[in-house]
Amino acid sequence: MPIIALLIFTFSTAVIGLFIPIRYGNRFAFISSLLVFIYSLYLFITFPISPDFQYVVDCPWIQALGIHFKVGIDGISILLVMLTTFLTPLIIFSVRKSEPRPRAFYSLLLFMEMALIGVFVSMDGFLFYIFWEIALIPIYFICLLWGGKDRVRITLKFFIYTLTGSLFMLVGLIYLYLHTPGQHSFDIQSLYAAGKSLGAGEQSILFWFFFLAFGIKMPIFPLHTWQPDTYTDAPAQGTMMLSGIMLKMGIYGLIRWMIPMLPLGLAQNSEYVMWLAVAGVIYAGIIAFTQKDMKRLLAYSSIAHVGLIAAGIFAFNLQGLQGGIIQMLSHGINVVGLFFIVDIIQSRTGTRDIASLGGIRLKAPYLATVFAIIMLGAVALPLTDGFPGEFLLISGVFKYENIAGAVAGLTIIIGAVYMLRMYQRTILGETSILTDNFTDLTAAEKGVLIPIVIMVILIGICPGLFLKVSEPAIMKLLSGI
Amino acid sequence: MNTLIILSILGVITLFAEIFRFRKGLFPLILIGLATAFAFTAMEYNHPQVYFGMMNFDNYAVVFSCSILIIAFLWFIMAKNYFLQETSVTDHFALIIFSLVGAVVMVSFTNLTMLFLGIEILSVSVYVLAASDKANILSNESGFKYFLMGSFATGFLLFGITLIYGVTGSFDLSTIQQHLSTSNQPGLALAGVLLLLVGLSFKSSLAPFHFWAPDVYEGAPTTVTTYMATVVKTAAFAAFFRLFSTCFAGIAGHWTDVLWWMVVLTLFIGNVSAVRQKSLKRMLAYSSIAHAGYIAIAIVSMSAASASAIFFYTFTYSISSISAFTILFIVSRHKGSEDILAFQGIGKANPLLSFAMTVAVLSLAGIPPTAGFFAKYYIFFNAINNGNTLLVLLAVIAALIGIYYYFRVIIAMYTKPEQQLVPIPTTLLHRIVLVITTILTILFGLFPNLVLQFI
Repeated sequence: MPIIALLIFTFSTAVIGLFIPIRYGNRFAFISSLLVFIYSLYLFITFPISPDFQYVVDCPWIQALGIHFKVGIDGISILLVMLTTFLTPLIIFSVRKSEPRPRAFYSLLLFMEMALIGVFVSMDGFLFYIFWEIALIPIYFICLLWGGKDRVRITLKFFIYTLTGSLFMLVGLIYLYLHTPGQHSFDIQSLYAAGKSLGAGEQSILFWFFFLAFGIKMPIFPLHTWQPDTYTDAPAQGTMMLSGIMLKMGIYGLIRWMIPMLPLGLAQNSEYVMWLAVAGVIYAGIIAFTQKDMKRLLAYSSIAHVGLIAAGIFAFNLQGLQGGIIQMLSHGINVVGLFFIVDIIQSRTGTRDIASLGGIRLKAPYLATVFAIIMLGAVALPLTDGFPGEFLLISGVFKYENIAGAVAGLTIIIGAVYMLRMYQRTILGETSILTDNFTDLTAAEKGVLIPIVIMVILIGICPGLFLKVSEPAIMKLLSGI
Repeated sequence: MNTLIILSILGVITLFAEIFRFRKGLFPLILIGLATAFAFTAMEYNHPQVYFGMMNFDNYAVVFSCSILIIAFLWFIMAKNYFLQETSVTDHFALIIFSLVGAVVMVSFTNLTMLFLGIEILSVSVYVLAASDKANILSNESGFKYFLMGSFATGFLLFGITLIYGVTGSFDLSTIQQHLSTSNQPGLALAGVLLLLVGLSFKSSLAPFHFWAPDVYEGAPTTVTTYMATVVKTAAFAAFFRLFSTCFAGIAGHWTDVLWWMVVLTLFIGNVSAVRQKSLKRMLAYSSIAHAGYIAIAIVSMSAASASAIFFYTFTYSISSISAFTILFIVSRHKGSEDILAFQGIGKANPLLSFAMTVAVLSLAGIPPTAGFFAKYYIFFNAINNGNTLLVLLAVIAALIGIYYYFRVIIAMYTKPEQQLVPIPTTLLHRIVLVITTILTILFGLFPNLVLQFI
């Protein structure tokens, strides 16, 4: 029942939010998303360390076709639900008061939270697909209505790109469904059984169908071409949603659906996808290095991070998977913080151009400190949240193949170079004309950034707090294949 | 059978309304009449009965008749104002009701002569309606074109029926079926099947027999276009499937390959041509061709689930289309243009209109949680189940092209704010139609069982 309550509550707040007087729109959205966070925190604290799904609700939906409304939470999904409910209030809180059409904006954000939670708790292939697609609608409108000047072309490209992957996944799901034993069913266990019953050749083809969907969402090189444009042109909150939470849908899809369903498919193709992921890490890192726009730089750095996560997951060992999980959390938290800082800088100076900034530290020491901490998290300094994840991921990839591990390990160096360079050029040095009148963080901005800083340090110091929750589920996943 | 009787009486009464001058009461009378017909049809559910060896009101016929009546009911609410402003309202309403008689015959025939009669009753009424905007040259062209092309198709149909009769010696579906499944098939019978395929493809606008559709849809008054895209299409596909699933299922190997290629052509011609359209009406016409392609996938992959797949698709497509056409009607009337550009800025000025349009367009594009998604899903599922995976992959690509032009409407509504935001006035009846269709689109998307359980 708790899951149903979460879904219904977020959905109804999204609807009610449309009709709240504009003055209260912000407060309403923030408080309701905060309530969702508090409730999911309660679920997290009381969550038993067990490999099984908890709070399972299973009711028939389209009986004749074996489609059930089946949801449940295990150690992997609770962390992602937590990530969603933790970041959404912060993202809502970060919306500027001057935003046009605020009610629709908040409602879309809340609606998106509902869809994202739905993706992470679905235990039925059809339900998963529905939530997966529903999540696309609010983000499309967020980018279309509040995006930058080239938004129409870019958001349509984004939508068609991701829908292409989704539809291929749908075909794959139907194919698997038709091979489920006995009465056909979309239940996750039946789909696992169906996938495993197929031969290596068929699994391999289906593997690429699913890879297309998840690889586009994450995105993995060379399916990433929609991402930098979309991140750059989307409004700050849209970018935060996309990079902070939405791309985790793709990674989660790999762990929860694709690999357990198609183990032979992975075995056949792991060499290719591993090298695609690693190639993406290096490629995106190098491109990030040459970027002049802060948002674009972060977009490419996000591709590099996600590439490493994907590599760890395709290695499919305990370190790789656990590293992937913890890195999903820390990447989500870091990237939201960084994009928000870029938004703050842009709102004060009117530019994101790295070259024309500088000297912000002199004017805004608070911002400089917060930026430094989050940035160090992103470059995986020990005792920040990036470290345990990258360490586990690289050791996972290393275990799979030495050379791939060594190449993927370069990301730490490349990442440090471009992030520190951006920090140095924008925050340190002499002030420019644009940053002369820079004001420090307001109380509201601190309200967003301080929780993020706390999490950066918390995950860095005791990652075990989160790793121990997902470990039983991961062990079960590994033993099942 | 009761449906036919009630509808025929209703049609005659409607004609008399002109003479006895009770035009004001006509509209409620028609709605009551349709509701009565619906009730009597629904009572025949699960009580299949054959009438005179000509018609069989099995569940297939009952369910399709009911959906046609529901769509017609919504259509009348939508079209009332338009026709009341014209002088010959009774003629138009009577024609529509008579064409409904034809539609009901088309979904319930068990004899080729009834198929022919049904198609003719339906078509002749719609030929006249297409040309009903007498002052508009495009409407005249539309009616004339539809008539010429339609008669041409009827010729094919009749020729096919003749050949089949020549081989089997009967018009009765079950006799033909037995005959075709037992003996060795002469080329004559196969030629007959192909001619029938051509004739019915004309009526349901499958490529390469779709050329009439864009011009006819664009020229006809928007309300009549709506009727053609919804009721006529539903009836055409119901008849198509009824004929080919009973009579010619035994020799499916001879015509599915042909239809397979026709479906691929239809999907790509419909979707690709729609991309290039500036006029929303013409775009919807091409999209309706594309939708015919999706529906025909269920005929290619003939199975037990095909009937419900076609039913769900035509029903939900009709509902979304009524919504989209109603908004097109309102907007084009107000702005005097059917261009997509005419929709600029209504996202701000008319939230209800733009929300309903968004839902309708998402449904037509097949995005969850709307009914259009489940309709496509069910068609795809049925096709993969019957080994037509390649066709589904092609349809998926076609659907992606579809996103591009459907979203142009959404983009136009929400992105380009107009200088002065004057809300477009809407009538209460139109608002009712939009609310009903929008709710149904989402409801059937979330709970397709509500519809599927009946067939």
